[in-house]
Amino acid sequence: MMTLNEFRSLFQNGLIKQNTGLVQLLGLCPLLAISNNVVNALSLGLATLLVMAASSGAVSGVRHFVPHEIRIPVFVLIIAALVTVIDLAMNAFVHPLYLVLGIFIPLITTNCIVLARADAFASKNHPLHSVIDAVAMGLGLTLVLVVLGAIRELAGKGTLFSGIDLVFGAAAKSYVLHVLPHYQGFLLAILPPGAFIALGLLIAAHNWNKARAAQRVRAAVPMAA
Amino acid sequence: MSMTDATRNALRTGTVLFLFALVGTAILAFTHDRTEPVITRSQQAEKLALINQVLPASSYDNDLLASRQDLPPDDLLGTRQPSALWIARRGSQVTAVVLEAIAPDGYAGDIALLIGIDIDGKVTGVRVTAHRETPGLGDYVERTKSAWIDQFAGKSLTDPEPKHWKVAKDGGAFDARAGATITPRAVVKAVRSALDYFARHRAAFVAAPPAKEKKA
Repeated sequence: MMTLNEFRSLFQNGLIKQNTGLVQLLGLCPLLAISNNVVNALSLGLATLLVMAASSGAVSGVRHFVPHEIRIPVFVLIIAALVTVIDLAMNAFVHPLYLVLGIFIPLITTNCIVLARADAFASKNHPLHSVIDAVAMGLGLTLVLVVLGAIRELAGKGTLFSGIDLVFGAAAKSYVLHVLPHYQGFLLAILPPGAFIALGLLIAAHNWNKARAAQRVRAAVPMAA
Repeated sequence: MSMTDATRNALRTGTVLFLFALVGTAILAFTHDRTEPVITRSQQAEKLALINQVLPASSYDNDLLASRQDLPPDDLLGTRQPSALWIARRGSQVTAVVLEAIAPDGYAGDIALLIGIDIDGKVTGVRVTAHRETPGLGDYVERTKSAWIDQFAGKSLTDPEPKHWKVAKDGGAFDARAGATITPRAVVKAVRSALDYFARHRAAFVAAPPAKEKKA
């Protein structure tokens, strides 16, 4: 079984230490493409999380039956099949949400973070650990996506949560926050260059924070000695 | 004849891969089978909802989706591939058509349009169904972004006169936002061409025999 410490360290890895968007820099293509507003970002993040949890669980469940030399094709097969099942099921049973996320779902197959976690973690660990690792990694990705989406949407349009009515129906239109009223907009933030610039700033902030923490530790050691 | 270790290993790996492929295919086939009817239904409902934005559902009583025909590519429609046409009837009378057209000269390539035209040649509605115009600049032709596209409703080749089928900046009758006139200019031109197309083919549309319709 799993101890609380293991649990905590999986989440620390997924959210901060090994964050896919800020540290591993895996799966940047969807990260950059879909982060032009909060609603898109959150939706894609949660969809990826769902796929990661399902595929890591499945890969971990069959890990003893997969010969080492064909593990990659088998993992790709599992991930592609799961994504297709989720794609079809969403299309059939939550159609309005599918209309928003539809184009992103097949793209999740190509998100290398899914395969990376399947190969680097799920193929060597118990299903429970694997699913939790996938959820933590997915949350880390979602967090970066949402922060990036918020920065770009605020800078680009002066709003937050625009397009939320596409997820929750027309009644949700009033949830859109016009944070900066009469804002003229800053197109660059919404276009692709805005994604690179904002992600660069986020990575810089993360590294700065890490360096400061390391410095504190170094400063603290002599005193403790 | 005895198998070498390598052969045995290759056979074993091959079998495992085959089994995984088999199970994966079975799962996909099962899911597809279960979801297909639901997906088809919602896609048709979606298409009909879109069509009803350009043509009020009250103006026809036939099974509109079943009336679909393919139109050959035509310069007036801006199409390079066959495009769809739906013929609306009330009783046996043709009341309107809905057709797909393309404005090929948008700021960023093709702008796909769905246009409803009643039998007198009046536009009943226009919607942009796909485009790659700049977000926040040219995309106000989308109905979800602004009501700009509504100004086509009720217009025809005689109202405004053909020479006024232009954006206001070019001396025409259609508004366009300052700084983003390429997109609306392309849409205005495409709607006008579609009306020309309709005028040329009106007789054929009116005479078209009703499609064999399945009861829904």
